[in-house]
Amino acid sequence: MLSGWMPPNVSTFGGQIDSVVYLILYIVGFFFLLAEGLLIYFSISSRRRAPRQAHYNRGERPREAVWILVPALVVLGLDLGIDSAGHHAWELEKSIRPPSTIEIKVTAKQFNWEFTYAGPDGKLGTPDDVTVENDLHVPVGQVIRLSLNSEDVIHSMWVPNFRLKQDVVPGRAIPAWFEATKPGTYEIACSELCGFGHYSMRGSIIVQTADQHAKWMNDNVLHAANTSASAK
Amino acid sequence: MNIAIKPHEHEQHQLGFVRRYIFSTDHKVIGKQYMALSALMAIIGGFSAYIIRWQLAWPESSVPGWGPIGPDQYNAIVTMHGTVMVFFVAMPFLLGGFGNFLIPLMVGADDMAFPRLNAMSFWTQCVASLVLIASMFAPEGPAAAGWTAYVPLSDNPIYTGVYLGQDLWILASALEFASFLMGGVNFVTTALNLRASGMTLMRLPLFVWMEITAAVVFLLSVGPLIAAAIMLLLDRRLGTSFFRPDKGGDPLLWEHLFWFFGHPEVYVVALPGVGIMLEVMPVFARKPIFGYKMIVYSTIAAGLLSFIVWAHHMFVSGMDPRLATPFSITTIMISVPFAIIVFAMIATLWRSSIRFSAAMLFALGGLASFILGGVTGIFLGSQASDIYMHGTYFVVAHFHYTMFPVTFFGGFAGLYFWFPKMFGRAMNELWGKVHFWLSSLFFNGIFIPLFLVGIGGSPRRIYELSSYDMLKPLQPLHVIATVCALGLFAAQIPFIVNLFYSMVRGKVAEKNPWHANTLEWTLDSPLHHPNFPVPPRVYRDPYEYSVPNLSEDWLPQDQPPSLVEAATAAR
Amino acid sequence: MAAGAQSVSAIAETDHLREIPAGKMAVWIFLASEILVFGGLITGFVLYQFAHGGFAADAAHVKWRFGAFNTLVLVTSSMTMIMALASARADDRRRVRTYLFLTILLGCLFLGVKGFEYRGEFREGFYPSSGMFWSFYFGMTGLHAMHMMGGIVINLMLLIAATRNVSSEFLQRRIEYGGLYWHFVDVVWIFLFPLLYLT
Repeated sequence: MLSGWMPPNVSTFGGQIDSVVYLILYIVGFFFLLAEGLLIYFSISSRRRAPRQAHYNRGERPREAVWILVPALVVLGLDLGIDSAGHHAWELEKSIRPPSTIEIKVTAKQFNWEFTYAGPDGKLGTPDDVTVENDLHVPVGQVIRLSLNSEDVIHSMWVPNFRLKQDVVPGRAIPAWFEATKPGTYEIACSELCGFGHYSMRGSIIVQTADQHAKWMNDNVLHAANTSASAK
Repeated sequence: MNIAIKPHEHEQHQLGFVRRYIFSTDHKVIGKQYMALSALMAIIGGFSAYIIRWQLAWPESSVPGWGPIGPDQYNAIVTMHGTVMVFFVAMPFLLGGFGNFLIPLMVGADDMAFPRLNAMSFWTQCVASLVLIASMFAPEGPAAAGWTAYVPLSDNPIYTGVYLGQDLWILASALEFASFLMGGVNFVTTALNLRASGMTLMRLPLFVWMEITAAVVFLLSVGPLIAAAIMLLLDRRLGTSFFRPDKGGDPLLWEHLFWFFGHPEVYVVALPGVGIMLEVMPVFARKPIFGYKMIVYSTIAAGLLSFIVWAHHMFVSGMDPRLATPFSITTIMISVPFAIIVFAMIATLWRSSIRFSAAMLFALGGLASFILGGVTGIFLGSQASDIYMHGTYFVVAHFHYTMFPVTFFGGFAGLYFWFPKMFGRAMNELWGKVHFWLSSLFFNGIFIPLFLVGIGGSPRRIYELSSYDMLKPLQPLHVIATVCALGLFAAQIPFIVNLFYSMVRGKVAEKNPWHANTLEWTLDSPLHHPNFPVPPRVYRDPYEYSVPNLSEDWLPQDQPPSLVEAATAAR
Repeated sequence: MAAGAQSVSAIAETDHLREIPAGKMAVWIFLASEILVFGGLITGFVLYQFAHGGFAADAAHVKWRFGAFNTLVLVTSSMTMIMALASARADDRRRVRTYLFLTILLGCLFLGVKGFEYRGEFREGFYPSSGMFWSFYFGMTGLHAMHMMGGIVINLMLLIAATRNVSSEFLQRRIEYGGLYWHFVDVVWIFLFPLLYLT
C-alpha cells in the first residue's frame, strides 16, 4: 500500500525500517478504522428520534469501564511490540556500524554536499585526500562508513532510497553507514532547514558495480595527479 | 464559602468606556478581547499559509495579492506561519479566549482571582503580537529559522542574513510566555480557590480540568525555553557562545531545551480544544460523559508524561542513539491516556440521542480528525519509523491533523455553542452546518495529500520540489492541497458573515437554549457583572443528562435535590 | 435508581485547597516556573562541565572571596526579611520599616559587590564573549542580578506600604509573598555560588 508511495529501498537495513512502518500501519490502521467506524456508526444510530431517550450511563462501573480500559491496554501491548521491533531496526542502522575499509568524510555546508575520499595513502585526514562536490560514488554490496560533518549550521543527510537519515551538526563528527544492494543513482536531500538554499541542497549517491567503481576511483581518486586537482 | 464581594464591582457601570471595554478587568471582556486578537493574528497566519500553498503548487508563478517570492522570503513566511499559529492564534484563542471567559463562570466565581493581572496578561499578549508584526518590517525581514529556531541557523545572523527580525522574534516569544505565565497563574488559582460551594474538584466541568492541566503544564515547561531564549539573545548580541560550536558551544542543547518545552506545549494547545469537545458532546447527545474520572486521571497522566517524551523530536539529531528506545517507550506510553479519552468520547455517543447542531458537528468532526492525527503520531514516536518520517511532510500532515482540529474545529464548536451566552443572540444554524461541511471537506483535502507527499520522501520547509527527480512526481499532490486550501479559506466566508450578522441582528437567545447543565447557562444572556447575583450552590457534576424518571432530560448543577425529588414524584 | 446518581454533599465541606490564600498560591506557582528557568540554565552549565571536563582554568579567575561575602550578605538579607515579617505579625510598623530597609540595603550591597566584580573581570579582559565558562558566568549572575533588582523594587513598594495606613493583615500577606520571592532569589544564589565559584 505504501510501497507505491515510498521510493524503492536498496539498502540492507532499509527493509527492517520498512517492516516497522508496515507493522505500525497495520496496527494503527486497524484501530483507526475501528474508532472512526464506531464514531460514525454511533453518531448515525444514535441520531435523535423522538420519543426515544438517551440511555443514562456514566461509564463508572467496572463492567462499563473495562470497555475503555481493556482496549487501552491492548493498545499499550501492541505499542510495546512496535517499540521492540523498532528497537531492532534502529540498532541496525544507528548502533551497529559494521567494519569496512571504505570510509568517507561527508561535509554538509550551505548549500551543498562534499565527499572526501582517502587518497592513495588510504587514510583520511591526510593531504592526499580527494574531495568531490555533490556526488558520492560507491561500490555496490559493500559497507560504506561515513563521518558526517557540518561547516556551518545543522543539516540532515536524507537518502530515501536507503532509509538513511542523520542530522549533521557543526562541532561534531557523527558516524553513519550503509550498504547498497543495487547499482543506480540515488538522491540525497537535506532534511533540516539550513537557510535559503535548503530546498536545492541536492546530492547523489552513485552506486556502481565493482568494476565501474574501481575504474572511477582510479580515474578520480587514486591517481596521484588528481590529488592536487581536487574539486573545491 | 464564596469570595468576599469586592467593593469596586458595583462601580463597574460607572466606569468610562475606556475602563469598561478597553482596559477592562472583567474576565468576560478579556476573553472576547483575546478571541478578537487571535482572530486578527489568524488572518496573518492564514495569509502566510496561502502564500506557502500557492508557492508549492505553482512555483513558477507570482502569488496573487503578494507578488513573486524567493526562497529566503519563503523561509521567513514558513517561520511566521508556525510562530503565529501556535503562539498567537491557538494559545490565545483556546486558553486566553475560552479559558478566561468560561473558567470563572463554570466554577461559580464572579471573576478570576486576579482581575488586574488578567488584564495585564492580555495587554502583554497585545504587545507581543505587535512586536512580532513589527519584526516583519525589519530591514532584513522577520525571523527565517523556523518556529523551532534551531541553532546555529538562528544563533548567528550570517546564516540567514536576518538580524533585527530574529531578535524581535525572541522578544515577541518572551512576551508571549510572560503573558501566559500570568494567565496560567490566574487560571490555576481561580479554579482551585474560587470554586462555589459544593463544587468539588470531581464536579468540575471537564473543560476546566483541561484548562488547569494545560496551565500547569505550560507553567512548568516554559522555564527552560525562557532560559534558552535568553542564551540565544546573549549569543546574538553579547557574543556569548552557548550554542556556537567554534567556541565550545553545543547546538543540541538548544534542541533539548526547546523540545523540553515544545512537546508539553502541544498538549497545552490540544487539551483545551478537546475540553471544548467534551463540553459540547454530552449536551447534544443528551447523555453523560462516559467515564468522567477516567478522563480526569488520563488527562493528569498525559500532562505528567508529556515531560518525558521530548527527545522523540530528536531521534536523528545526533544525540546518543541509546536514548532513542527509552524515549520511544515513553512516547508510546502517552498514547494510552489519549486512547482512553478518545474511547470514552466515542462511548459517550453509544445509545445517546444526538442532535446534529453546528457545534456538535464541529465537535464530532474535530474528534474524527484528531483520531487520524493521533494514530499517525505512532509513526513518529517509533524510533525506527521516525528515521524515515522525521523532517518530511508526514510530520507536517500529522501535526496539522492534531493542532488544527483542536484549534479550528474545537474552537468553532465552542464558538457556535457559547455564542448565545457571549452575545445574547443566536448564530444561524444552517450556515453553521454549511461552514462545517465545507471546512471539513477542504481541510482533509489539504492534508491527506500532504501525508502522501511525506511518505514520498519530501523534506519539510522546502521552497519547491523541482530540485529532486524523486520528488517531482509528487507535484500534483501539492496542487490538490492548494486548491483545497483556497476552498478552505473561501469556506470561512459564511462563518464571518454569520458571526457579525448574528452579533447585531441575530435572534435574541434565551438563557439556556441548549438545555445544558453547567453554571454559565443558569445566568442571563448577555452576562452581567458580577456574574452571580446570588452565589451559586452546586449539588452534582455537570453531565446529568437523561437521568431516568425525571420530567426533563437535563439536570443543572445548581438545582437543589429537594426540587429534583419533587419533579420525580410529580411523574 | 434515585434521582441523579450523585449524593448531595454536606453543607459545610472542607476543601483544603480553598484554604490557601489566592495570592500565596499564585506566588508559589510563579516561583515554580522560575525554578525551571534557572534550572534550565544550571542544567546546561552542568552538562557542559561534563562535556568539557570542567572549567577550572577560567573559573580560577572569579574571586571566591567576593562570592562568599555576597552569599553572607544574601543570607543575612533573608534573615532581615523574616524579621520584617515577624514584625508585621507583631504589628510593629517601625520594626517592619527598619527590617525592610535593611533588606533593601543588603540587596544593594550585593549588587554593588557584583558590579565591582564585573568591573574587575572586564579589566582582566574577561567578557561574556570570552568563552563557555564566561558565557554562563555572566549569563547566570546577570539574570540573577536582574531578579535581585526586581526584588529590591518589590521591597521598596512594601516599605512604602508600611509607611501608609494599610491594614495589618494586608501588610503581613504582602510581606509574606515578597519574602517568598526574596528567599527564592537567595536560594538561586546558593546554587550559583558553588557552581561558579567553587568548581
